[in-house]
Amino acid sequence: MQNPYLPYPVRIDEIITETEDKSLKTFKFVFLNASDEDKFTYESGQFGELSIAGLGEIPIGIASSPVEKGFIKFTVFKTGKVTSYLHAMKEGDIMGVRGPLGHPFPWETLEGKNIVIIGGGFAFTTLRSSIISILDPANRSKFKDIHVIYGARSPGMLLYKEELAEWAQRDDINMNITVDGTDDPDWKYLTGFVPTITEQKAPPGNDDTYAIICGPPIMIKFTQPVLDNLGYSHDNIIMSLENRMKCGIGICGRCNIGKEFVCKDGPVFTLSQLNNMPKEY
Amino acid sequence: MKLIKIDQQNWNTGIEKAKSAYRVFGPVKEKNDYEFKVLGTNEMPDLNFRNTRLSPKSIIYPQSQVMFTYSIDETKDDCRIMKEVENVTSPMAIIGVRPCDALSFPIVRRNFDTPEYQDTYWIKAYEATTFVGLACNSACDTCFCTSAGTGPFGEEGLDVLIIKDGDDFYTKIITPKGEAFAESAGWGKKEQTDITAKIKELKTAAEASVSSTVSTDKLKNKTILDLYDAPFWEEEAFACINCGTCTYVCPTCWCFDVQDETHGKSGIRMRNWDSCMFPLFTHHASGHNPRNNKYERVRQRFMHKLKYYVDKYDSGIQCVGCGRCIRLCPVNIDIRKICDKMNSFDTESCKCEATSS
Ligand SMILES: Cc1cc2nc3c(=O)[nH]c(=O)nc-3n(C[C@H](O)[C@H](O)[C@H](O)COP(=O)(O)OP(=O)(O)OC[C@H]3O[C@@H](n4cnc5c(N)ncnc54)[C@H](O)[C@@H]3O)c2cc1C
Ligand code: SF4
Ligand code: FES
Repeated sequence: MQNPYLPYPVRIDEIITETEDKSLKTFKFVFLNASDEDKFTYESGQFGELSIAGLGEIPIGIASSPVEKGFIKFTVFKTGKVTSYLHAMKEGDIMGVRGPLGHPFPWETLEGKNIVIIGGGFAFTTLRSSIISILDPANRSKFKDIHVIYGARSPGMLLYKEELAEWAQRDDINMNITVDGTDDPDWKYLTGFVPTITEQKAPPGNDDTYAIICGPPIMIKFTQPVLDNLGYSHDNIIMSLENRMKCGIGICGRCNIGKEFVCKDGPVFTLSQLNNMPKEY
Repeated sequence: MKLIKIDQQNWNTGIEKAKSAYRVFGPVKEKNDYEFKVLGTNEMPDLNFRNTRLSPKSIIYPQSQVMFTYSIDETKDDCRIMKEVENVTSPMAIIGVRPCDALSFPIVRRNFDTPEYQDTYWIKAYEATTFVGLACNSACDTCFCTSAGTGPFGEEGLDVLIIKDGDDFYTKIITPKGEAFAESAGWGKKEQTDITAKIKELKTAAEASVSSTVSTDKLKNKTILDLYDAPFWEEEAFACINCGTCTYVCPTCWCFDVQDETHGKSGIRMRNWDSCMFPLFTHHASGHNPRNNKYERVRQRFMHKLKYYVDKYDSGIQCVGCGRCIRLCPVNIDIRKICDKMNSFDTESCKCEATSS
């Protein structure tokens, strides 16, 4: 019997400050025991519990992609006890990671389909993982058209800026990067809220087109009617939830919505599934 | 299954003998209530109780349990690496488990021992334990075990069932674990006796003494959302003060929190019982709380026990009818009443009312 609460020890290999206000940092971890990396075999959309001895554990979506080997990455917003401490840690420090946890995006269903990736704010982490996976030469041919709509408050608040710029140059992915507003004369992408840009840029819904949405509740609330109007069926709208968690494995009883545990049965659900669940998220 | 008859003398020597092979727990009178305690030499379980104040849940699943230890001493190689605590549990036997409380263990097991993840702490303690039950010859007026999946002579979750008749202990040995216990108590060679008729008589009388019931037959064929949106939750929750007593005393409540505690350069990661009645239980770092209102938390507790669990496992309700939450709730919230409300809730008639008004 394996203890499911025991974190794998990891070393912080690199810390990247992502946003101008320094509230978001990406942490790149390397496993102390190489064999743990094999045990941590994940797919885009899953999450891990980051563990800091003396502080506790926090559920964070995996921002790296399984095609990136030798490390795992998480992008963390500084907000409370554990995240603030993590932001003060240094490269070389030792901590722990547990996982991978939860279900990934439904990659088997998505094969052969058009995918529209819609993200807002800092909920772009597992979407970055997804884009890296999809664009990998071994995977790109498995999918049809890829659209990305990603918005932040201002240019300085966008995550993964260099990668965004790179993807925007490519012809096998349709990037729509937007900010709520900016006075930067060099800003070369879009301005406008994510729901508005979705209305203008997303392809119409059909059986072969799926939307994956991750973002703050307000963005999701206003994007959903847009997708309805574009003809997306609720089976084709995929979302990822964040409920407060502890164990991450469906045992501590904290994160349930109805009979589902967000940690174990989610965090990925279709809108059809969510329509039949209490709105406790 | 084997049936034997033990007299008081044999009972006492048996329990004493068993202590050399097991850590033996039994009910002990403390002030006005009975609690499960480890029995010392010559200490006998006091079987003159209706039921213990708390179920023996905490013997398998302690209220506070160390999961890991760690050091934050930067000069040590294992600094900030979680280390497993030694988790070998020596054999334990709990004497005097009431049938309702016994049923709570197979119920809770569905949560801790799943195909995907095994909670090593709970499972090891559970597997090391022999459950020696004590049948109830007469029920309290808050018991409703007969409609909650068991009864005063219920055997599910037990390895041995003791039925007291005057000075005699009728002993039903139910499982191999129970056999091993009887062996170590020196009861193994006792002749099988024909006390079936006598037990049946006591059982019928005991079942007749259970004066309250709940109806659960229609919980399954309503949708989660129908019951979740039922109009009675705010009213039913009105008096609740969110004290959490009901979840704390419940043998089937299993939710926990995980906390780190550092003293000097070393620390422990532990888990502590938690309660869905507390607002912080679901409170996000952002301040958002999906169950911000009291009635939403009360609804969660009853929906979990009487609907979510029912739908998830198809094995009845997550309640054993022990009645503790009814007896100990400071504002008299009664799960029997809520269960009947949920069971008899008619979505159709409710919709009609709503549209006609
Ligand atoms: C599946 C999932 C994926 C997530 N992915 C990311 C991500 O990629 N990047 C990111 O910055 N944040 C993410 N979050 C949110 C992140 O978990 C919380 O911001 C974090 O737990 C706050 O911890 P804290 O100790 O700083 O806050 P405190 O308020 O001090 O919280 C104390 C404890 O409560 C729990 N907790 C509090 N808020 C939340 C919450 N919103 N969700 C879950 N547990 C909570 C944690 O156990 C935490 O340690 C994700 C949450 C979930 C459930
Ligand atoms: S014991 Fe009664 S008052 Fe206390 S939380 Fe439970 S229902 Fe509410
Ligand atoms: S976090 Fe423990 S059950 Fe989901």
